[in-house]
Amino acid sequence: MSTSVHVEVTVNGELREADIEPRTLLVQWLRDELGLTGAHVGCDTTNCGACTVHLNGEAVKSCTVFAVQADGAQVTTIEGLGSAGALHPLQEAFWEKHGLQCGYCTPGMIMAAADLLQRNPNPTDEEIRHGLEGNLCRCTGYHNIVEAVKAAAGAREEVSA
Amino acid sequence: MSVTEAGTGQNGHVGRAMKRKEDPRMITGRGRYTEDINLPGMLHAAIVRSPEAHARIVSIDTSAAAERPGVVAVLTGEDMADDFEAGLASVWSPPGVEVRKPDNWPLKRGEVKQVGDPVALVVAASRGAATDAAEEVIVEYEPMPAVVDAEKALEEGSPLVWESFGTNKTHDWGVSGGDIDAALAEADVTITKRFVNHRTSGAPIEPRCSIGEPRGEGMTLYSTTQIPHIARFILGLVLGIPEDKLRVVAPDVGGGFGAKLQVYPEEALVLALAKRLDRPVKWTETRSEHMTTSHHGRDQIDYVTLGAKRDGTVTGCKAEIIADLGAYMQLLTPFIPTLGFPVMGGCYRWPAIDIKITGVFTNKMCTDAIRGAGRPEATYWVELAMNSLADELGMDRLELRRKNFIPKDEFPFQTALGIVYDSGDYHGTLDKLLQKFDVDAFRREQEELRGQGVYRGVGFSTWVEVCGLAPSRAVGPQGVGLYAAFYESANVRVTPTGSAIVYSGTSPHGQGIDTSFAQIAADILGIDPDNVTVLHGDTDQGAWGWNTYGSRSLAVGGEALARAARKVQDKAKRICAAMLEAAPEDIELADGKYQVRGSPDKSMTMADIAGAAHIPPQELPADIEPGLEESSFYDPENFVFPFGAHACVVEVDAETGKVSVVRYVAVDDCGPAINPMLIDGQIHGGIVHAIGQALYEQVVYDEDGQLVTGTFVDYALPTAAEVPSFETDRTETPSPVNSLGVKGIGEAGTIAATPAVAAAVLDALAPLGVKELDMPMTPMRVWEAIQAAQGSPAGGGGA
Repeated sequence: MSTSVHVEVTVNGELREADIEPRTLLVQWLRDELGLTGAHVGCDTTNCGACTVHLNGEAVKSCTVFAVQADGAQVTTIEGLGSAGALHPLQEAFWEKHGLQCGYCTPGMIMAAADLLQRNPNPTDEEIRHGLEGNLCRCTGYHNIVEAVKAAAGAREEVSA
Repeated sequence: MSVTEAGTGQNGHVGRAMKRKEDPRMITGRGRYTEDINLPGMLHAAIVRSPEAHARIVSIDTSAAAERPGVVAVLTGEDMADDFEAGLASVWSPPGVEVRKPDNWPLKRGEVKQVGDPVALVVAASRGAATDAAEEVIVEYEPMPAVVDAEKALEEGSPLVWESFGTNKTHDWGVSGGDIDAALAEADVTITKRFVNHRTSGAPIEPRCSIGEPRGEGMTLYSTTQIPHIARFILGLVLGIPEDKLRVVAPDVGGGFGAKLQVYPEEALVLALAKRLDRPVKWTETRSEHMTTSHHGRDQIDYVTLGAKRDGTVTGCKAEIIADLGAYMQLLTPFIPTLGFPVMGGCYRWPAIDIKITGVFTNKMCTDAIRGAGRPEATYWVELAMNSLADELGMDRLELRRKNFIPKDEFPFQTALGIVYDSGDYHGTLDKLLQKFDVDAFRREQEELRGQGVYRGVGFSTWVEVCGLAPSRAVGPQGVGLYAAFYESANVRVTPTGSAIVYSGTSPHGQGIDTSFAQIAADILGIDPDNVTVLHGDTDQGAWGWNTYGSRSLAVGGEALARAARKVQDKAKRICAAMLEAAPEDIELADGKYQVRGSPDKSMTMADIAGAAHIPPQELPADIEPGLEESSFYDPENFVFPFGAHACVVEVDAETGKVSVVRYVAVDDCGPAINPMLIDGQIHGGIVHAIGQALYEQVVYDEDGQLVTGTFVDYALPTAAEVPSFETDRTETPSPVNSLGVKGIGEAGTIAATPAVAAAVLDALAPLGVKELDMPMTPMRVWEAIQAAQGSPAGGGGA
């Protein structure tokens, strides 16, 4: 039998403690133990990015991080980014620009885009496309995702101006 | 584009780019997909799969696995033999044609026929425990020779996938119209070519997942499916469960693309396990399982001869199609190549057409419907054959198309194959495309760039497709031979306070039907779309449905909804007339109010009428029942035929063979838009699916039947960085088939775009001497083709 490891992780601003199997992936812990099912698993090989969350403020693919590696860290998931009454500008923009269809890649796509805009607040189309190339979408053809990220960047500009 | 700009009860919602009702839950991570569901006491299944492409199972030792912690059961195909009353079904039995259908048990017994065949399973307390234990199941195989190439499989002496049939041929099917021999004899010019539509994967980002749950006397299946009703029908037969005892729920479904238009072994297995163990059992596919055992698409070789008079008038076309169907017959496997036949002839007046299709067993995963299903394959060879014919005639490719287009005043047009195209304006979409895309300017730029060693090319596709499946008489048992019908159902229920609950028999997975159907219902009922909830995908909630595929939801399900809503409107008018003491024919619906014609001060809202229908303030006339709810079952008279014109520009790096799509312009026509934003989204996604097929994606097996492309590392879906933004526009030619005038658009981009992309690459490569190249046009293939054409030893072309 495997031994459990104690972890303390701040998830969406709330301290969560657990004793977990060392091999537990961060995405499994978030989904199965914490009920945060917004991060999705799509590929098992770190290609699709549907599981993207923020670890200490940076986007990571949570299928490629062990939950024990998040011990002591801050994790933000799509559920912590915004809520129905207070949408993050990216959530608003994905809705406005029809940046999603089936919605499965969407949480990861939004979390990756949020990371991109933190690093590059005013990206070109080319920079958006390369910035999101670790996140696969089979529905939208990416056109409206690019439009959404541009719109969100513009909205941030307006707020800070 | 504000969702709330219209006040309560305002009409005019159809045609608006209304933001989606689906989105708030999805952008906040509160969508509910099958994998998100965990039930009390739930167990997890893991499946032991064959690593051999063809083998006899000598023995299966489950003892070590059974002793692993947390394991509840380890079962083989023999152990579960009594759990199933029938194998998985394949529903195509064309009149007068024998289709060979082997046994297809959810767990295999005796022999395996492909890599990934399920041979045993483990049920345990957690997914990890089940997966660990599955590794401990020891299966001894005696390998048998495998065949993976469809043409080789037809040769004398080939290994047989199924000994008992004595052949690898599954069936022969054909259709013809006009006198093809005379047509080709009178042609001044003929071209004959071989086209390859290679094998691809649907690859929705959500893998499959199924949960079986015991429920009193019955069972519930939660599943990532496009077809909950069809799944209930078939799984009921497989498991011997009456349909009233089986509920199938498709929660939010994370994309389908045809890959979830299937009744899969795992769906039968979780139900059988839940029944055996009296506990919920969940199975979730890994991505490698998806690549191995979620059905594939395409995989045809097409031999095409096309003939024309010197002036470009096509005289006839003959095609012989070899379809690699894999090892088993699943739901629609043998039918898919045939589904392309209505558009084997494209937008053109081809007076004689002769089609022969041969299906072949190989030791690979079965093929079945993947986005477009038969029509992308047909459109690829129709369009590229037209290009070759134009080149042979020395004629401009677009001129040849115009010469042969069915003119818009000849619709409805009956093709040589007896198909009636409903409506079209093929010149119109091409003209509009060429307003946006200046061919002469491109040719000048192309020439200039070639001088600088930059190779750009353009490809065109003028496409038509057949969708809105329906109509039952054409597709059903007495028609082309599917053992099914293709009407659609809808139920519209107005609550006492005047909001509406719509149940549709369609089962969407990203199409935005919660929104577009709410727009349709809102306009007809005279209420706000915010007050319309669209339900679907739960067999316990509404009437029988035929679900979502074949770009049918709007043209069939949307029309059913419109008809049900009109019945509600009609009853609402009668109730209103009774309340206002007017004649029903004098009640009109305007600006969200039911009012007496000529007396707008005498009016009621839907909320007023719904209140009166449920809690009548005065006695309703004897001929009006209480309540406000109506249903419709709608079976169209014909298919619908969307069409359009696409232009693709690519640039090829001659040093590396890399192809970049630099511009893409699409003008499409799917009739009047219900929600133009959703149409654009479908077109964008469809085009990228086709770009993936044309340039990157291919399911590859080695000669022993081992799958080489088992993950997203090896199977390259296009990312945002590989594709451009798109220039889209529309024309709107209504269909006479349904009252909304609408046609489907979900598969259009995928059907239209592969020939445009492929032709663009060949155009770019022309100055380098490359004349032929099969998809996917990967850097390696393009580079090798350039080397061969240039006569470099590196390309094997000889020095």
